[in-house]
Amino acid sequence: MFAIFALVIVVFSVFTVTSRKILRAAVSLLMVLIATAGLYFLLNYQFLAAVQLTLYAGGIVVLIIFSILLTSQISHKFEAVEWKKSIFSALAAIAGAIVVITTILNHTFSADTAAASEVNMDVIGKSLLGTGRDGYVLPFEVISLLLVAAMIAAIVIAKKGSPQIEEKVKINDSE
Amino acid sequence: MNSGIPLELYLILATIMFFIGVYGFLTRRNLITILMSVELILNSVNINFLAFNRYLFPGKLDGHFFSLFIIAVAASEAAVAIAIIINIYRRFSTINVEDVNEMKY
Repeated sequence: MFAIFALVIVVFSVFTVTSRKILRAAVSLLMVLIATAGLYFLLNYQFLAAVQLTLYAGGIVVLIIFSILLTSQISHKFEAVEWKKSIFSALAAIAGAIVVITTILNHTFSADTAAASEVNMDVIGKSLLGTGRDGYVLPFEVISLLLVAAMIAAIVIAKKGSPQIEEKVKINDSE
Repeated sequence: MNSGIPLELYLILATIMFFIGVYGFLTRRNLITILMSVELILNSVNINFLAFNRYLFPGKLDGHFFSLFIIAVAASEAAVAIAIIINIYRRFSTINVEDVNEMKY
């Protein structure tokens, strides 16, 4: 099972960054995110897998596809990447990957001997809103504030041109 | 539960995914595809957090909640980025980063 998910992730990740049709890249990204959710299921984190499926695969990808439809022609094909840039980027990426993988393989990980805790909704809810040792109420509140800020920012930015800009455009036109 | 898969495989998979994202970030010239590469990078980091949590600290949930917060941050980042992209498209009629080279002042 892991092999299948790993294969899907690697193949579609490469597709995502090399595909010359933007909508195909978006769909490949969707496949990668779904396979990642599968990995979470494999690790026995059902809640996070569900969050991944709804938020990433359901939310972000739909948002990206919408913005693609708003800003590009679907049939438009990107021109091929300059080979020099492509080679140097690939070299940088491969060098980084080699360094990281050799570090991983040379390091011996020692597992904690504590018994595995069951991750059910009860535990998740209690620690998300807990104020004690393993409580996450502060980051939880911060993230809710961040979400509100992001929502307002998105509305303000995407709002049809502020009066200042329109004024400037008018001045430019009259000139 | 771990079905015999060593931790290293998860880490190597996440590494490969991360650097594919880096490659895309360096070569792409379209703002939306750059955003997609960033999503790849964030996702690979999530895999790392969860694998570490499950294999090395099975009694705790820190990695689990870190991933949860990363997903929330990624969602808000995508929303703001797409708002900016749409605004740029409205002003310049393109979202190619090389054509957008003029600031307001």
